[in-house]
Amino acid sequence: MGALQSLSDEPEYRELAEKTGFSFEQIGILHKRFKQLSHNEDMLRRADLDTIPDLACNPIRTQIIEAFFDKRNFHQNGDGTVEEISFEEFLVVMSHFRPPALNMTEDQREKVRREKLRFLFNMHDTDNDGTITLEEYRHVVEELLSRSGALGKETAKGIADAAMLEVASISIGHMEPDEFYEGITFEHFLKILKDIEIETKMNIRFLNMDTTTLCK
Amino acid sequence: MSVHALRKSASSSFVFVGIGLPIEASAPAYQSHGTEGSHLTNITNTKKAFPVLAVNYEHVRKPFEIALWILLALLMKLGFHLIPRLSAVVPESCLLIVVGLLVGGLIKVIGEEPPVLDSQLFFLCLLPPIILDAGYFLPIRPFTENVGTILVFAVIGTLWNAFFMGGLLYALCQIESVGLSGVDLLACLLFGSIVSAVDPVAVLAVFEEIHINELVHILVFGESLLNDAVTVVLYNLFEEFSKVGTVTVLDVFLGVVCFFVVSLGGVLVGAIYGFLAAFTSRFTSHTRVIEPLFVFLYSYMAYLSSEMFHLSGIMALIACGVVMRPYVEANISHKSYTTIKYFLKMWSSVSETLIFIFLGVSTVAGPHAWNWTFVITTVILCLVSRVLGVIGLTFIINKFRIVKLTKKDQFIVAYGGLRGAIAFSLGYLLSNSHQMRNLFLTAIITVIFFTVFVQGMTIRPLVELLAVKKKKESKPSINEEIHTEFLDHLLTGVEGVCGHYGHYHWKEKLNRFNKTYVKRWLIAGENFKEPELIAFYRKMELKQAIMMVESGQLPSVLPSTISMQNIQPRAIPRVSKKREEEIRRILRANLQNNKQKMRSRSYSRHTLFDADEEDDVSEVRLRKTKMEMERRMSHYLTVPANRESPRPGVRRVRFESDNQVFSADSFPTVHFEQPSPPSTPDAVSLEEEVPKRPSLKADIEGPRGNASDNHQGELDYQRLARCLSDPGPNKDKEDDDPFMSC
Repeated sequence: MGALQSLSDEPEYRELAEKTGFSFEQIGILHKRFKQLSHNEDMLRRADLDTIPDLACNPIRTQIIEAFFDKRNFHQNGDGTVEEISFEEFLVVMSHFRPPALNMTEDQREKVRREKLRFLFNMHDTDNDGTITLEEYRHVVEELLSRSGALGKETAKGIADAAMLEVASISIGHMEPDEFYEGITFEHFLKILKDIEIETKMNIRFLNMDTTTLCK
Repeated sequence: MSVHALRKSASSSFVFVGIGLPIEASAPAYQSHGTEGSHLTNITNTKKAFPVLAVNYEHVRKPFEIALWILLALLMKLGFHLIPRLSAVVPESCLLIVVGLLVGGLIKVIGEEPPVLDSQLFFLCLLPPIILDAGYFLPIRPFTENVGTILVFAVIGTLWNAFFMGGLLYALCQIESVGLSGVDLLACLLFGSIVSAVDPVAVLAVFEEIHINELVHILVFGESLLNDAVTVVLYNLFEEFSKVGTVTVLDVFLGVVCFFVVSLGGVLVGAIYGFLAAFTSRFTSHTRVIEPLFVFLYSYMAYLSSEMFHLSGIMALIACGVVMRPYVEANISHKSYTTIKYFLKMWSSVSETLIFIFLGVSTVAGPHAWNWTFVITTVILCLVSRVLGVIGLTFIINKFRIVKLTKKDQFIVAYGGLRGAIAFSLGYLLSNSHQMRNLFLTAIITVIFFTVFVQGMTIRPLVELLAVKKKKESKPSINEEIHTEFLDHLLTGVEGVCGHYGHYHWKEKLNRFNKTYVKRWLIAGENFKEPELIAFYRKMELKQAIMMVESGQLPSVLPSTISMQNIQPRAIPRVSKKREEEIRRILRANLQNNKQKMRSRSYSRHTLFDADEEDDVSEVRLRKTKMEMERRMSHYLTVPANRESPRPGVRRVRFESDNQVFSADSFPTVHFEQPSPPSTPDAVSLEEEVPKRPSLKADIEGPRGNASDNHQGELDYQRLARCLSDPGPNKDKEDDDPFMSC
């Protein structure tokens, strides 16, 4: 494949590498992919991602695509959504899926864990009010089960309700009957998912990506 | 007739000589079995008195001895667990070997010949249950995530061990002072290949007790299972060569080809039998009683078939178990599932116990040839080669892994490489023409003793000392399950965006293939359409419901008072606070079970799941408690309200189907009737109090104050109970027993 980046990109890549933690090689490969998806333009749109055939049969594709256009994932303290993203923002979203380095301290691992869980949280919390309400959670489960037809809706409600109950029980423990559990906050979310070692699970191998096998 | 003569006449291929009773009196003149015919000449002519009591030990000798041995083994096992401090310090395998030594010594003192662990008995009867148990309950997710690492350790690690040890031992034998100059290279390599393989039985026995974290456990355990192919090939190869004496390049090439044939062939045979078993289980809905037998027999046939072709039997068993499990479990009834689980645990437990005891006995029995240098060098080399192998391989593997193996992990993997009975049996199988056979056997036994005793006993304190991560005792959590599935889809999607055909991409493809084509053929009824999340949810609810029914109380995994009321958005009717408090207090007193039931998801050898406390509850007490609770609930739910259905303002949890439990169209749904603006402010929404989780399917009709409703409530309760007695995927006609019998 030869030289993956021209010299003129070097300083840019360096900045990106520092910001996101990817290596030059990985950035080069992702840049190629970005260009391929956006048909060589500078900005990527939702429609471009919609055309990826692999995503067609994914039950949560809308959420995945939305995540790329969600400002909260750009690490710039913004919120809301955008219509199109640049390569830098694309890279920042992708950086959520980088594996943690081998020699991380416990604090650093914790930070990585929070970051990844924050990404997941943002995917669920669509109205950006800082909590995942019952409706939002139901929507998540419905999407997951969206393949099973009519059966899915009823069970999805039941499952989501059971899950919500579990979160409330674990996080709060004791509530009076007239208290109302508003929704899952980020702290509660961290608590219930602390046993899934997210920093080891939510990773994609960015090494050894041969550009010749990039699917259309 | 001497004891020896009798033994010969009653012999078969077993070299199984037991503690025979010295009495061999046979009934005079009435012995009917033909084998002794030659001794009985005075049968009919003289009339003797009718023998009222006679002893005929020969008649039952073999089964009697076998049963006696097994009983002895189990009593020993029982004994260990009664001495609490002992079993905490010394792993069971060590204790059993010591018992074997004692028994062997005892037999020798009596003057008989102690039995040796016959290889045929071992490979055909004692080993398969353990491997099937391991394979059937193999945790698939960690296994497939680490399969690359496991294969590298199993294949390359074992090869490295074999050649390193064989080579160095040969070099040792060349030294004049050792006095073993007659040993040639091939014999040393043969010995190396026998003793280099990590043994699944020993690993299981020791690792079961230390509860190490999942990753290390699956690495060592997976390695011990998959190295069987390597061991088989190497062993056969060197055995053949050492007879011939020379090795050509062609032979080596054939050896490599043989390795692939043995391993892949074994897996293929296992997979075929697995699919057959899955297909058969599709039709067993009318004969549930024999379902477990199909599982056992198909697996055993897979093992025997592959052994017949000299393929790897262990890999066949594992493949069979892994392949058939998801489909069989979707088809069989709950009781059959429990039966399979229990039987596998039971058989593997007995096998393991017997193996270790026999190891001890064989040590006393076998012919030994001791050579200090050779044996000590073997032990040291074993350790050294294992450590070097693990370190070297991890260095290479870590370049390809996302989650790297830390030094602690490496240490446990290296230290956990125990040798066991397979090595001994392979050594025993060596034909007597090998002049070094006895020496080899002695060395093998020494290595086994060393690894099991020293490494087995010290691994637990070392794990504590090094603060290695232990296994998480996690309750099945629906949130984790949802998010695991969510993550799978998310990662597949992101891989799609990256344009990278990675791990998740192929996994997703396999899943889709499985769902569209395979499941259709192998799963009965309409169940194959059911997504995993729903199946998981169902299982969880079923477990809870059974627990509730059996213990007479509602389970609350988490002691909390949170109910659906707290989560649903507002507009809930209110009763006077005082009344509510009173009702809740009473209900809580009856219903709340504050014991936290910790259930670990994995199946350890000694406990299945902690609801074995069902033994504590006797039938009568159960029934009484249930009725009592039911009565009280109905009694206190007497708040006047407009009884109309659907009742506005009251949220009811309804049980959808009664007898037809869990057939695919009507699996239990949970209905939540949303409250319209409450017109009956007095209606007590008490159903929420009763089920701590909304999914508790008790059709406990709410506020009704009359006796008939009381009865109705009870009826519903019983209906619920009956339904839960055997919720197979299809209606079970034969399981009409009331729930008590389960």
